[in-house]
Amino acid sequence: MCEGERPVLNTTIMLFLLQDGITNGAIYALLGLALVLVFAVTRVILIPQGEFVTYGALTYASLSSGQMPGTARLALALGIVAFGLDLFAGRRALHVRLVARAFALNVLLPAAILALTAWFAGHHPPVGVSIALSLLIVAAIGLFLYRIAFQPLAHTSVLVLLIASVGCHLALQGFGLVFFGAEGQRGPTISDAAFTMGPLRFTGQSLCVYAITIAFIVGLWLFFGFTLYGKALRATAVNRLGARLVGIRTTLSGQIAFLLASVIGAASGILIVPITTLYYDTGFLIGLKGFIAAIIGGLVSYPLTAVAALVVGTVEAFSSFYASNFKEVIVFTLILPVLVLRSLAAPAVEEEKD
Amino acid sequence: MSQRLPIILFALVMAAIPFIPGMPPFWIVLLDNIGLSALVAMGLVLLTGVGGLTSFGQAAFCGFGAYTTAVLTTTYGVSPWLALPMSLLVSGLAAVLLGLVTVRLSGHYLPLGTIAWGLGLFYLFSKLEFLGRNDGISAIPPLSIGSFKMIDPAAIYFAIWIAVLISALLTMNLLDSRTGRAIRALRRGHIAAEAFGVQTPRAKLLVFIYAAVLAGLSGWLYAHFQRAANPTPFGAQSGIEYLFIAVVGGAGYVWGGVLGAAIVVILKEILQSYLPYIFGGQGQLETIVFGILLVGLLQLAPTGVWPWLMSRLPQRASRRRIDPALTLPARPRATPASGVLLQIEHARKQFGGVIAVNDVSFDVQAREIVALIGPNGAGKSTTFNLITGVLTSTGGTITALGRKINNTPPQEVTKLGIARTFQHVKLVPDMTVLENVAIGAHLRGHCGALSSMFRLDRADEAGLLAEAARQIERVGLTDQIDALAGSLSLGQQRIVEIARALCVDPMLLLLDEPAAGLRHMEKQRLAALLRTLRDGGMSVLLVEHDMGFVMDLADRIVVLDFGTKIAEGTPAAIKTNPDVIRAYLGAAS
Repeated sequence: MCEGERPVLNTTIMLFLLQDGITNGAIYALLGLALVLVFAVTRVILIPQGEFVTYGALTYASLSSGQMPGTARLALALGIVAFGLDLFAGRRALHVRLVARAFALNVLLPAAILALTAWFAGHHPPVGVSIALSLLIVAAIGLFLYRIAFQPLAHTSVLVLLIASVGCHLALQGFGLVFFGAEGQRGPTISDAAFTMGPLRFTGQSLCVYAITIAFIVGLWLFFGFTLYGKALRATAVNRLGARLVGIRTTLSGQIAFLLASVIGAASGILIVPITTLYYDTGFLIGLKGFIAAIIGGLVSYPLTAVAALVVGTVEAFSSFYASNFKEVIVFTLILPVLVLRSLAAPAVEEEKD
Repeated sequence: MSQRLPIILFALVMAAIPFIPGMPPFWIVLLDNIGLSALVAMGLVLLTGVGGLTSFGQAAFCGFGAYTTAVLTTTYGVSPWLALPMSLLVSGLAAVLLGLVTVRLSGHYLPLGTIAWGLGLFYLFSKLEFLGRNDGISAIPPLSIGSFKMIDPAAIYFAIWIAVLISALLTMNLLDSRTGRAIRALRRGHIAAEAFGVQTPRAKLLVFIYAAVLAGLSGWLYAHFQRAANPTPFGAQSGIEYLFIAVVGGAGYVWGGVLGAAIVVILKEILQSYLPYIFGGQGQLETIVFGILLVGLLQLAPTGVWPWLMSRLPQRASRRRIDPALTLPARPRATPASGVLLQIEHARKQFGGVIAVNDVSFDVQAREIVALIGPNGAGKSTTFNLITGVLTSTGGTITALGRKINNTPPQEVTKLGIARTFQHVKLVPDMTVLENVAIGAHLRGHCGALSSMFRLDRADEAGLLAEAARQIERVGLTDQIDALAGSLSLGQQRIVEIARALCVDPMLLLLDEPAAGLRHMEKQRLAALLRTLRDGGMSVLLVEHDMGFVMDLADRIVVLDFGTKIAEGTPAAIKTNPDVIRAYLGAAS
């Protein structure tokens, strides 16, 4: 929006802003869902969610332009560290099968992904292959991140997990700068189709955003509400010890949560990188807006989070029209009244910390 | 005092450093930066490590301090020294506003809230015209005394480190006081503190403001040190870094903040200068190492470097001297009009569909020991929580000395002379027995935060500690008086809770399972103590499962089952009551 001369708000602009807001909101909804998911299962407030977005987007953009993304190497490096941790944790009872399985998952898998990526990067892969590889790479990073940073802390307080989460964000963002540089990138669109309806123009890309968001919301809702495994994940969140006593592998639950979150994050990144230019640190801000939605949903409710995300997107779109300078200020202060309402509504529970 | 000696030594060493011949100016700059970070970290120590309120947004308060002085000194030509109180005031006021909103947040909502307003304020700084937007404000005048201008890093060095030392002293004084104990109790939940009259929301707001003012001071110094202010150092990244500093140093320790600042600032400098040689990459490599170190540190040494360092040094157990001659004036007490001290009529508490307490009525007379017994889940502890205002009742009335106390906040209930212990011990484990017990006397002291910072509270404080020591002696724990509460056995911790309750100078003592975890001899000693208390004019209402203990001690017994009163009477009558036997043993079919 250009400054100086202020355009008048008419129906067309309003519809346009609304559409813009809903497209952004859909992305925030996806991220909000992932945050709710991870928090519900592991009690980790996943600040590095934004890095999953950036990594997904920029890996996709790099691959599409025929460059080798550094994230593939990071996945292998993290895998090796995770393998080391697995060996250390199981040092008293090292069976060949255990070692072999850990090696296959933590070393062979990311090594294979790296090899594939290296080969395809030189051959200008088709869009589908780039997407698949980007998702794979970020999924592996998410999985290993849980193993390395959070699994050893799984028994600690939400607060310790939150600080660790911030630490991961710092490290991953730093790596992002190393891998992708300070320059922004854009990726090719998934679909070039477009049609016009009245004054509005719908692009294939934005329709993809809507479709994938809805698919994820419905999928997660079904998974958590109606499958045994989904319920097991929720049980882990409520009481780790209790869940373990009834035979739920809490470590596996955490890994699944991180896997889903990183895939969702990377998918959102891939969806928006054709629409907006992404920088190595853009993900953090996008992720935080997903947070605002997740917090409005109380970090528990998927439908409420989705609705809240649309509100955040719309508020952002309209404030960029009315007061573009203060867009971020408005969006981030939006959270305060919500937090106050949340904490007033929450019963006064005695928390035993430490 | 022996505790002062290391601080004086430290001050002397710091004062001597700039005079070392051949001292590279670059090192002085580094020390300046350490001091600036240490100030903020010290506030975080109080806020996060001691008070349990995590904030990622402290950098924003530095921003308030820096921008206030920047605007006042450049636009309005005010002297930097006059701008100092304004800087502190603006940071403090901002903290009041944000604190009123944020501090009430529970659990993890609080840190998330601080990230949100931290970012919001950062964008505000970078967009406001009169703050120079992204470019900020430059040409800020240096600090000066007379014609001596502190332009040189070695000159402002003294201003920074004097501020650090004074702040550290004030903070330590604050922690070692009546208000300090209330703050230190915050982290372990608010119920215990509130039961002894601590206004926990106010204590939280106080540490929030205190931390913000320290950050504002750091911002003011920063503005005159850099002689420029722009939004970058006040963003979310710095806010995270300050928390990192506190965690590295040891978030529970004032000097941990200073040590953490030294470690982080030096490490950052080393990483910034050497990492590019090793990896040859672009900037910000240090953030990667930072992030990894933070995660690793949490896994290996979550309490930070300072306590680790201290445990290496030879420890001299510093024993507090207490003057036993000091006494607190007895609380003014309303003499009970009739013999009834506490009257419970049709008290009712519903949790959703569950009726935890169902129309329960009984009373406690003056000089009487009443026992509340019943199987698990009978509603005994819930009744206690209704009496002490922890829970609001759904119906009925509870009167103490003729005053209705349903739904009165716990802080008011204790003012009436009702003190309690908890079924699940609620002591602060890293405070000594003496300090824990002194929380019980909270309402009998009157000195606030400011007077304790400047040590004007010593007479008041000595009285409180003498009272605490006397009650500890009364329950027979004098040998453990300087031990950390967390190091005691569970049975002893229950006795500490009784001493804490006695510090209220109560008329009515509510004891929730006081004999659980005690050995036979200890139980007998406890029973003897309770009898002495009754004979001295106190009433006791206790919940207990040990029937031998109850039957020997109680004057009267009230039996609850599934939230309903099923019997009341003397121990002898209760022993033979068929309803009671059925509730405990089940009906013979």
